[in-house]
Amino acid sequence: MTNTVSSSPPVDKPLIIAGKEYKSRLLVGTGKYKDLAETKAAIEMSGAEIVTVAVRRTNIGQNADEPNLLDVISPDKYTILPNTAGCYTAKDAVRTCKLARELLGGHDLVKLEVLGDQKTLYPNVTETLIAAETLIKDGFKVMVYTTDDPLIAQRLEEMGCVAVMPLGAPIGSGLGIRNPYNIKMILENANVPILVDAGVGTASDASIAMELGCEGVLMNTAIAAAKDPVRMANAMRLAVESGREAWLAGRMPRKLYASASSPIDGLII
Amino acid sequence: MQIQVNGEPLELADNATISVLVTQMILEGQRYAIEINEEIISRSHHDTYCLSDGDQVEIVQAIGGG
Repeated sequence: MTNTVSSSPPVDKPLIIAGKEYKSRLLVGTGKYKDLAETKAAIEMSGAEIVTVAVRRTNIGQNADEPNLLDVISPDKYTILPNTAGCYTAKDAVRTCKLARELLGGHDLVKLEVLGDQKTLYPNVTETLIAAETLIKDGFKVMVYTTDDPLIAQRLEEMGCVAVMPLGAPIGSGLGIRNPYNIKMILENANVPILVDAGVGTASDASIAMELGCEGVLMNTAIAAAKDPVRMANAMRLAVESGREAWLAGRMPRKLYASASSPIDGLII
Repeated sequence: MQIQVNGEPLELADNATISVLVTQMILEGQRYAIEINEEIISRSHHDTYCLSDGDQVEIVQAIGGG
């Protein structure tokens, strides 16, 4: 009897967030693009199904014919994930989420981020906890941006957040996954999807996040600030997929010394 | 009467509804959310909700963000 090894394309489970299934494990932002055409092209190329947006005051006196972001990134096609970027208090974050829910016709999935200061944009964890509690009580499904502190990540999960999203490095820094061991610790105890949010700079950073076992990666600047954003969107799509495959395949153990790949037996010398 | 819209003063006819304000601001057909004095007024009430002098109005939309 011969053992057969399948060479058909490998099958993966979908990413499930708040009960909804997604094929793509790459989540993308819509900020910092040159224009809406570039936003649309990059997001289509990324294959992302969950797309973040910000909520801001309407620009009074703007050209009424100017297309709106949601005309380009349609809520019929994408899961829109409104964020609370720019909020430094739980009160402001909750207010922003409520406006987003009204804006999106009752859609209750939000990305909660409460920031600590303008220089680091580091999460304000105490305000984040207060906001998460209020939002969950009000029926929101909260994907929460936080530090890479394993205890806080667990606390947010216990409170009922539908996904916990520790930073890899500060927002927009492109420094990559600065503390992979913390991400590993968070993953070890997690029962909800853990996604790295913020800090990715290039494709290998996204792969590293996925190779650690993250359920997904959320990024914005790494694509939008690339010289060719559409091409980088493609690179990120491939990096997230390949990192995920490597995680599922299970990497070889690391060894200090060599181990020959060719057999020793049958050498002519 | 005078109200504040997104931090700017705006003259509006007395007892104007939110829908009147929306028309004046050329926002019809767009996706937006409205808050009056920090309270969200759902779209279904825009035709009937009358604004008062001194109201603080916020009108928001979705824009690019991470």
